[in-house]
Amino acid sequence: MDFNYLTAILVLPVLGAVIIAFISSRHDKAIKWTAAVFTFIPFALAVVVFILFDRSPAAAGVFQFEEKILWIAPLNAYYHLGVDGLSMPLVLLTAFLGFLAVLVSWKIHQRPREYFAWLLLLETSIIGVFASLDLLLFFIMWEIEVIPMYFLISIWGSGRRDYSAIKYVVYTLFGSAFMLAGILSLYFTAGSLSMVEITNQGLGMVQSVMPVAAIFWLLLIGFAVKLPVFPLHTWLPDAHTDAPTAVSVMLAGALIKMGGYGMIRLCVSFFPDVARQFAHLLVVLAVIGVVYGAAVTLRQTDIKRLIAYSSISHMGYVLLGIFALGQVSLTGAALQMFSHGVVTGLLFAMAGLVIHNIEVREIDKLGGLVRQVPVIAVVFSVAGLASLGLPTTSGFAAEFLIFVGSFASNAFAGIQVYTLVAIIGVVLTAGYILWMLQRVFYGPVKEEYNGVKDADTLEKFYMFALVAVIMLVGIYPAVLTDVIKLGVSPVVALLGG
Amino acid sequence: MNLTLFIPELVLVGFALLVVLLDLVVKQKSWLALVSLAGLVIAGGFTVAMWGGNYPGLFSNMLAVDNFALFFKLIFVGVAFLVILASTDYVDKLARFQGEYYALVLLSALGMMLMAATANLIAIYLALELTSISLYALVGFLKDSKSTEASLKYLLLGAVASAVLLYGMAMVFGFTGTTQLGEIAQVIQGMSAGALMNSPGLLLGVVLIIAGFGFKIAAVPFQMWVPDVYEGAPTPITAYLSVASKAAGFAVILRVFFSAFGTPAWLSLNWGLIFAVLAVISMIVGNVVAIPQSNIKRMLGYSSIAQAGYLMVGLATLGFSPAADILGQSGVLFFLASYALTNLGAFIAIIAISRKIDSDQIDDYTGMGRRAPLLALALTFCLISLIGMPPAAGFMAKFYIFSAAVQNQLLWLVIIAVLNSVISAYYYLRVVKVMWFGEPASEEKVPSSGSLRLALVICCAGVLILGVVPGLVMRLAQLAANIFVF
Repeated sequence: MDFNYLTAILVLPVLGAVIIAFISSRHDKAIKWTAAVFTFIPFALAVVVFILFDRSPAAAGVFQFEEKILWIAPLNAYYHLGVDGLSMPLVLLTAFLGFLAVLVSWKIHQRPREYFAWLLLLETSIIGVFASLDLLLFFIMWEIEVIPMYFLISIWGSGRRDYSAIKYVVYTLFGSAFMLAGILSLYFTAGSLSMVEITNQGLGMVQSVMPVAAIFWLLLIGFAVKLPVFPLHTWLPDAHTDAPTAVSVMLAGALIKMGGYGMIRLCVSFFPDVARQFAHLLVVLAVIGVVYGAAVTLRQTDIKRLIAYSSISHMGYVLLGIFALGQVSLTGAALQMFSHGVVTGLLFAMAGLVIHNIEVREIDKLGGLVRQVPVIAVVFSVAGLASLGLPTTSGFAAEFLIFVGSFASNAFAGIQVYTLVAIIGVVLTAGYILWMLQRVFYGPVKEEYNGVKDADTLEKFYMFALVAVIMLVGIYPAVLTDVIKLGVSPVVALLGG
Repeated sequence: MNLTLFIPELVLVGFALLVVLLDLVVKQKSWLALVSLAGLVIAGGFTVAMWGGNYPGLFSNMLAVDNFALFFKLIFVGVAFLVILASTDYVDKLARFQGEYYALVLLSALGMMLMAATANLIAIYLALELTSISLYALVGFLKDSKSTEASLKYLLLGAVASAVLLYGMAMVFGFTGTTQLGEIAQVIQGMSAGALMNSPGLLLGVVLIIAGFGFKIAAVPFQMWVPDVYEGAPTPITAYLSVASKAAGFAVILRVFFSAFGTPAWLSLNWGLIFAVLAVISMIVGNVVAIPQSNIKRMLGYSSIAQAGYLMVGLATLGFSPAADILGQSGVLFFLASYALTNLGAFIAIIAISRKIDSDQIDDYTGMGRRAPLLALALTFCLISLIGMPPAAGFMAKFYIFSAAVQNQLLWLVIIAVLNSVISAYYYLRVVKVMWFGEPASEEKVPSSGSLRLALVICCAGVLILGVVPGLVMRLAQLAANIFVF
């Protein structure tokens, strides 16, 4: 019998969570090692899957490592997992960040048992979203994530954590309420819960519950809250700012990618015509997100909040890439999701380190830290440069593809203008990143920060791991694009391009 | 006539009497609970054994023994079983009348079992009164001022509702000349559409019947009794009311409206619309008013009103669906099963906690995650299920019932319902928040008895199973949607 890689990747973290729940809170080290082991193995397995992934052209549109078992007979729902070019990088990313998040959390001493149990459950649910091929399973995984996030932000967070946590929950549930209505309509319109069947055979129109454009929008609202798309983004700065560091890493790195993934997998693949019809509107929202997000970021004074707002801008590129509806732009969007995951993951980890070691989070009060904490300063700068899309970093490859793709796109007349406007975002990004780096790390040295700790060995380990991935993807993007294009080309074929 | 089909009910009557008699001679009162539990197990065993058979009607077709009735009988037996398990600690507070307490629980369960089976308007009324009178007494069992007030309120409003129901039944009888559900259906089908529309008396009768049952299931605007009664009643009885009594109401509604008023489509679409409107206002009122509540029993009272709203989405579906479609009914049945386990679980945790802290104020639950981690975990899980989030049963129940509604062109109702679930998350999570995020007032642990823990484990395991692998129970609910019409 074949080894069920995906089930193992999916189940191991939650299994670890259950085991942790039975370890006494006093055994701090045992809990952390358990968490590390139960996130490292899924990561290693994800790497194996990535290596074994069939990259031949014949594999385009084919789901690999598929597992399918009848789950709920009366609903005709299946436990159905599989990865294709779109989901493979995201599963890998989540497993990678899930492992690093445990390392980032190594200094958590408050209620460690609950903390790591929730963190691991969170990882399972995100991986589940990317690996599910059944709509019901997909939605369940999508929903499960809310409860761990609620606890993680409200217990281990900082600042207005209560407010941020409940705001996050209400926004997410609001989005998923529409999504549930959309999935139910889709279920009866297509007569199936199988994402593979609906993609390959079209909607089927077994029963007309409501216009397909309405179903498209019901689903899109759910994904737009998560991505987030302007004007549904206001939960994001609060949640990111007040969440504990590792949770910000997971949230910015992996969780919000669920939105972009869902848009490609459900909205565009199931409703190519509707997507084309509304591409213009969505591209407008994307460009607003890019420019507005970047402009607001410039004004931030809190180091974590600044990174949080930059995510809004960067996710605008993803939205632009998706609804430019071309091979290149979609590839760019998928690559940008991965790239933003590692880059922003690293940025949040570094910001968390600054806040933890220096105990100051206001940019104005920091300064000249490059002398006191050289390692943090250098790595933070690398992450910042990747964020603004410097060549040889992953950010460059992704944004370049998005801009080239959307400029050449024939989704609607005049998309070139929007592309040019979006490029302003790049300039603004360079502005806020460099300005932030200059204010925090360069300039006159401040005496009061003499003797603050630089990164220790463990911290160096995870930050160099992330830097290595950023550089690898930046210098040789084909390592991912070879996989991504297998997932994108069938979508483009559906779009008729 | 074959009395073997009546054995579960006879067993309950026998055990109820036995418990009262034993009370006179037995010193160790915990035996009474054990005897009652034994009676329920035996009754449940006979009920299971009858599953799937094709039986004739009992007592001149007054009672139907179909899968539908059996499904509900199992729910009632199971709920009564769990309520008695959860009562053993609580009843210790009562110096006297412990035997009567258990006997009344058994008798009301008997009444509900009859309600699920009755195929005749008069029999429905009798079964309803048997249930209600037992419950009136149980609500007032604590004999303090709140409990007495609750009982009196319940009695008075219940009597009004019964009168309205009886009036409606009389109207229907007057226009159709029969009290037998199947015969009513034949008369109505025999009438032309014009004649039906020109019979305002008959239609008024239908509306009054809805109002009468609306009281039982606590639908807005017939919900006034809920908060005070839920707050004042002994907590196990509150749990019993919120679950079993509601389920019994839905059982009767499903049978009456399916058997007697299911056709023609003009009629069913109209009562379907009434239920849809009641569903909307119940969900909105229940959820919005639950937000400011500071007493957890009152909060769950309003939440149960909202849950009745979700259930009525299923009733509306029944009205809108073609006669052969069973998805709406099986949706209601599955929802009731999962709601029963969830709400009982929540109440059982509350019984244990409030016994120690002697308060039902949500603020007093602060830090319960540290003082009673397992109870708090169970309560959290049940509240998540009430929100309707996976992996708990509440999610599958909503998914199932809403999918039936979407299939029958009620997407607008589903959107209102799912948005209401979002509102509900706010007040359910508030309880979760104080339990896990606050500092406890004292570090004293909260004890719980073995029987209570057993009941809680059964509920939580059930909620998890129905949430993760609901296939079997969904299948049973589909089989149970098979209603015999006499």
